[in-house]
Formats: sequence, structure tokens, C-alpha cells
Amino acid sequence: MALAESSKVAGGENNIAKGLREAFYASLIAFFMFVLLIGLKTDQNIHNELILVPRWGLLAAVVALTAIGRFVHVIYIAPFLAEQKVVDAKSGLLPTTIAKRFFSKRNLIIGAVTAAVLLAVGNDIQAAVGPYWGVYVGMVRGFAIVYVIAWAIFYYRRFIGAHSYSIGFTLLVIYPVAMVALFGFQGSLKWVDNFGIQILIYVMLAWGLNIVVGLAGLLDLGYVAFYAVGAYSYALLGTHFGWSFWILLPAAGAMAALWGVILGFPVLRLRGDYLAIVTLAFGEIIRLVLINWREVTNGAAGISGVPKISFFGLISFNVSDPNYVAKVFGIAQSGAYYKIFLYYLILALCVLTAFVTVRLRSMPVGRAWEALREDEIACRSLGINTTTTKLTAFATGAMFGGFAGSFFAARQGFVSPESFIFLESAIILAIVVLGGMGSLGGIAVASVVMIGGTEILREMQFLKMIFGPDFTPELYRMLLFGVAMVIVMVWKPRGFVGSREPTAFLKERKAVSGEFTKEGHG
Amino acid sequence: MQYFIQQLINGLTLGSIYGLIAIGYTMVYGIIGMINFAHGDIFMVGAFVALIVFLILGALFYSVPVVIALLIMMVVSMLLVSLYNWVIEKAAYRPLRGSFRLAPLITAIGMSIALSNFVQVTQGPRNKPIPPMISKVYDVYGISISLKQIVIVLVTAILLAIFWYVVNKTALGRAQRACEQDQKMAALLGVNVDRTISITFIIGASLAAVAGTLFLMYYGVVVFSDGFVPGVKAFTAAVLGGIGSIPGAVIGGLAIGFIESIWSAYFSIDYKDVAAFSILAIVLIFLPSGILGRPEVEKV
Repeated sequence: MALAESSKVAGGENNIAKGLREAFYASLIAFFMFVLLIGLKTDQNIHNELILVPRWGLLAAVVALTAIGRFVHVIYIAPFLAEQKVVDAKSGLLPTTIAKRFFSKRNLIIGAVTAAVLLAVGNDIQAAVGPYWGVYVGMVRGFAIVYVIAWAIFYYRRFIGAHSYSIGFTLLVIYPVAMVALFGFQGSLKWVDNFGIQILIYVMLAWGLNIVVGLAGLLDLGYVAFYAVGAYSYALLGTHFGWSFWILLPAAGAMAALWGVILGFPVLRLRGDYLAIVTLAFGEIIRLVLINWREVTNGAAGISGVPKISFFGLISFNVSDPNYVAKVFGIAQSGAYYKIFLYYLILALCVLTAFVTVRLRSMPVGRAWEALREDEIACRSLGINTTTTKLTAFATGAMFGGFAGSFFAARQGFVSPESFIFLESAIILAIVVLGGMGSLGGIAVASVVMIGGTEILREMQFLKMIFGPDFTPELYRMLLFGVAMVIVMVWKPRGFVGSREPTAFLKERKAVSGEFTKEGHG
Repeated sequence: MQYFIQQLINGLTLGSIYGLIAIGYTMVYGIIGMINFAHGDIFMVGAFVALIVFLILGALFYSVPVVIALLIMMVVSMLLVSLYNWVIEKAAYRPLRGSFRLAPLITAIGMSIALSNFVQVTQGPRNKPIPPMISKVYDVYGISISLKQIVIVLVTAILLAIFWYVVNKTALGRAQRACEQDQKMAALLGVNVDRTISITFIIGASLAAVAGTLFLMYYGVVVFSDGFVPGVKAFTAAVLGGIGSIPGAVIGGLAIGFIESIWSAYFSIDYKDVAAFSILAIVLIFLPSGILGRPEVEKV
């Protein structure tokens, strides 16, 4: 990618020669990179010895794809992007000219008609053509629906931009209802639980970490430690003493905040990358203690049977209880009620986090955080107590991590150290940075894209039809996640939302580009 | 006493491997000021390449002398892993140079996730054991020293000597140190900064590849997730020694190795990583820029 000198002279023999040359180099590099790791697979034979299984066909395919990709990139994409950069220096995610061409009225009509026809008779067609081609029918239907929605978003982007928070909130509130309406109670389970709840947990975690990284500018690589503290607080106290979630939620938050202060104290003097490594170390220490302190935490086996949350003790979600939800309302039994309840609960917790963050930003402590991020020395010269400022940031961020943790424990019904590995911290930090640090909306979008995107790979069963039954899309989930992190970051280094609304201003409020805000030195 | 010396020798072996990885971290940090999170996974890829070369050698020839086999493994691993790091630097870090500080950190974490999952997908998630390559053990006054350990320490020492020579005596090393101090000024004086940075990544990767080969030889087993823990410990070592300082990385690596082996011998093997990380935290509280690190000068 960096090899491509963005040539302004589009077309011509010269360009094709260059493309071929670059493609040749790329295929050479790809060949050497993959000759051992893709070309040969280590496998165990029946004697438990390692043997090599050649896969030259796959290697050839990968090398050829690399060459073609490189050729297309050099010949078409790079000059095109260079041109677009000049034309639309200021427009948003996509250059407007292409977007306008892509979202034309003609395409909308085609898309809408396809979607309508396939929604009406798609199932019949699928039944008629058999499972193999039926998959493609489903795929086309999915793309057509997504296109129509994207079209609407594109043409109403002004309106959406102006009312993004209220629209987003409304969509989130009606989401489970819509899912139940579309798929029925049992069918909605997956969409509400794997997508809705999962994404909202990450939104909450990322908003919590945003206070530490985005507002106070302290790089924390061990945030998952507080998540673990919250989860284990609820799991241990809930299973041993049978206390209610509603008592333990604030308790878990307080416990995590306390740990935030305890871990924050020693690192007050550290800056930048030293802070990053020590927080990473603390995260690992907490995980290792959870694994090894078997008497209390039951080690790597984890704690199971974590009690469910009840609706303030009035309505229970345990089938055996007398006040079980189905009995209270006289409706059919289903696991979906609990999931829907959990969805609204985590939504409420997210709203709480957002509310607190927004309010804190306009309070003295929030302004002190942002001042600390911009310039620590100036901060100290103006008489801001950096010790308490840093500690409050750590504690507040940790508290939300603790809330999310106790919710997580209740939702899973099971906690083990496996859930609190460094990868989780990395994912949360990636969401914060990809969302554009400090921007709540951007972070929410980033978690929908990253978490929803990897979850949806589990649903891509049609890929099995294309690549054969051995193909398991789940395996590629984290590989694609990592690659997506790199691509999004290179594409938009400032994250999805690269501008910020200042909290304090003179005369008029206007958004400033992320380029002008600093990220702090830790 | 013998027991203690035994532990020191074990620690020296472990510390050598950590030191080799830590140099890659510290050099990259010194020159472009970023934590190269993917470096641990580069080390793991090095171990896997060595494993596959070992299996190829086993399949092609009836028997290969161990020294030659080890040498071939190291050289192939160094070449291929250097290529990996070179490509990663070009694709993921160079476009973000001059961007804000967290951007390359995130791409590095992304690369780390992608690399380990790439190996998992292509080579399978299982442990990959190989038969022991060297099994000779010497007994010196009741202290057992295995030939493997001697090889590791020897290879590390030779590499460090070459490396020291390159950094301190050659034009390349001078260019590197110049870029470390002031990239703009170095560029004005005719140093090719991009090339120097690429070479830094290549050197770091080759040292990590050797560390991976030695790791495979020492433990005889490797798995796709092996990059993380040694990577984090090597990074800890680099920070402990003072990040950006090359002798610091070696000292830090040895320190972590000693702490780990002595802690697991005298206290509890379960908590050896906890001990290493705790000591890191304690050292940094009293010496906030590591053992040999230069204190950060704040300019206003």
C-alpha cells in the first residue's frame, strides 16, 4: 500500500507496466511469506508425530489473489483515491460524487423492487431451487434490504446527523420489539442476546474506558481488570450470600472503583507507555490471581450458577419461583423474556454511563480531565491537583467497568478468568480509538461495526455453501477483526468521528477537528 | 547453594530469550516511539517457521547434524520473519507515521490479533510438539547444565556481539542512532529515514526469529498463542531496563528471567508471572524511566 506512489497520470502503457511490475513483486513477497505457513500444514499422524501436509493449490490461489489485488490497486484504486482526495477533501466517509452515483434513484428502484419481490416470494423461490441456490437468493435479498436502508440513511443524512442521538436511542428502544415481531419470541433470542446485549456491553465498557483514555488521556491497557472485579464481586457475593443484583450492582461498582484507586496510586508518576505497560501488568496480575486463588475463585474452572437478576424482586425469571414472569402475566413460558429484560437493563446502564459522562464533562472535574489530557504541566501550573484528577478518572472509569462486569456475570450465569484476557482490553481500547476518542456516538458506532461485524460472521452460513462444508466462518472471526482494526485505522486515523464539541467556549460553540485535540501523554 | 546456582543458570537461559525479543521492542520504541505489540507474535511466527523447516529437514534427509539443522532453521526463520515485519511496517505502521500516538498502537494490536489468528487458521489450534533436538546434560559439581542451555546462551552472546558492532561501529548504526535523536535533522543530513526504520524492523524481527527458534528447541513445543506471554514479558523487560536503551533491554531480560526462575523455585510456580509483573510495577514506581532509561525531559 505504501509502495504505491499515487500517480496522477491515470491510464497509459506506463501505468499498466508499473501495475504488472508491482503485482509481480507483491506475488513474490506473498509467495515467500506464505510458502511455509500456508503451503504446508503441520498435522499429527496416528503415532502423534507431526507430519507435513502440502497445500500447494491454496498457496497458488493466495499468491494469485495477492497479485491481482495489487494490480487492481495500482492501476485503478490508487489513482482514483488520489483524485478523490483532491476533489472531496472535506466530505465525510465516502466522497460525495461516488456516493451520489451509487445511491441514484434508478438504483433505489431496482433495490426496492428486488427487496419487495424477494420478501414476498423469496421463500417460495428458495423452496423451489433447493438449498444450494436458495442461499444466493437469501443473500440477494439481504443486500437489497441493506441497500434500501443505506439509501434512506444517505439521503436523510442531514436530518440523521442533526438528531443522531434521539434517533439512535429510539432505534435501540424498539429493537427487541421489532425482533420479536419479525422472528417470534424464540427466534428473537439470538438477535437480542448475541447482537443487542453483546454490543451494548461493549458500548458500556468502551464508554467507561473513554473516561480514562478519551477524556483524561491516560492510556490504560488493563481495563478488563475492573470488568473482572465487577463480575467476580457479583458472582461471589451472589452465590455465597444470595444477595440481590440491585444491592450488588452498586457494590460491584464501588469495589471496582476502589480497585481503580488502588491500582491508580502507584502509577500516578508514570507517563505514556510506562503507564500502558503497568496497567497491562495489573490486568494480567488480576487474571492470574483469579486463576490461581482456587479456594475463593475456583480457579480456571470458574464460578457457575450465578443467580439471575429479578425485576426488583417483584418478578422473577426463574421458572420454579412462584412469581415467575409467565405466571404473573399468564403468558407462555419462554427464555426470551429474560433476555429482553436484560437488554433493557443494559440499555439503561448505558444511558446512565452516557448521562454521567456528559454531565461530568461540563463539571469542574471533567474539565480538569480534559485539561490534563491537553497539557499536564499547564494543568499543574494553574493549580489543578493532578493526583486527584487522575485518581477520579481511574475510579470513575473503573466503576462503569464494574457495573458492566456484574451485569456480564448475571447474564452469563457463569464467570471464569477466560473472559478477562488481555484481548478484551485490546478490543475495548480499539473501539474507543476507532470511534474517535472522546466521542460517545462514534464509540457506539465503532462497537456496532466491530462487535456486530464479527458476530454476524457466525451467521454467514451461506459461505459454507460457497467454500464447501469444511469452511467455518467462525474461525476467521478474530483474524478478520484484527485486519479490520488495521484497515480502519489506516483509513481514518482519527476514528469514525474525528471532530469534537468543546465543553467550554467563547461566544459560539463549533466542532473542532480531532487534529487539534491532543491525546495526552499519560 | 547448588540449587541457587542451578536456578541462576535456568534464569540466564530464559533471560537470554527474553532479551533477544526485548531488543526488538526497545529498538522500535527508540526510533519511532511506538509499542510494537505485534512483536511477540512475530516471535511466535519465527518459532513456527523453524518448526516447519525442522519437519522439512526431517522429511527430506535421513539425518542431519543438529548444528546444521539448527543453523538452517535459524537462517530461514530470520529471512522469512524479517519479510513479515518489513511488510507489516510498510502496510500498517508507515501510513500512520506522524499521525497521533495511539493510531499505530491500535494497528499494532490489530496486527498481533491477525498474526496469531492467521497461524491458528493455517496451522491449527493444537500444540505442536517435536522430538528433543539436543538431549545431552552435563553435570558440573552437582549442577546440571544441559547442552540446550549452553547453546542458547552462546547463540545469544554471539548475536549480541554482532548486534553491538552493527549499532555502534557501522554507518547503519550511526544512521539509526541519528534517527532516534532527531528524524528531521537526520533526513536533512542525508539519512534515508524510511529505509533506516525498515532496517530497524528487520533487525528486530531477525532477533525475534532466533529467539523463536531457540524457544522451540528449548521447550520442544509451540502453539499459535505462544506469542503473547513471552511478548508481554519481553516488553516488560524492555520497560524495566529503560525503554529505548539497548543494553537496558538485555539487562531487563536477564532480570525478568532470574526473577521468574528464582520465584518458581523458592516460592510458587503459579505466581511466577505475578512476581515478574509486580516487580516491574515496584521498580517503575521508584525509577519511573527504568533502570538505564534516560529521564524524560519536559520542555514547555
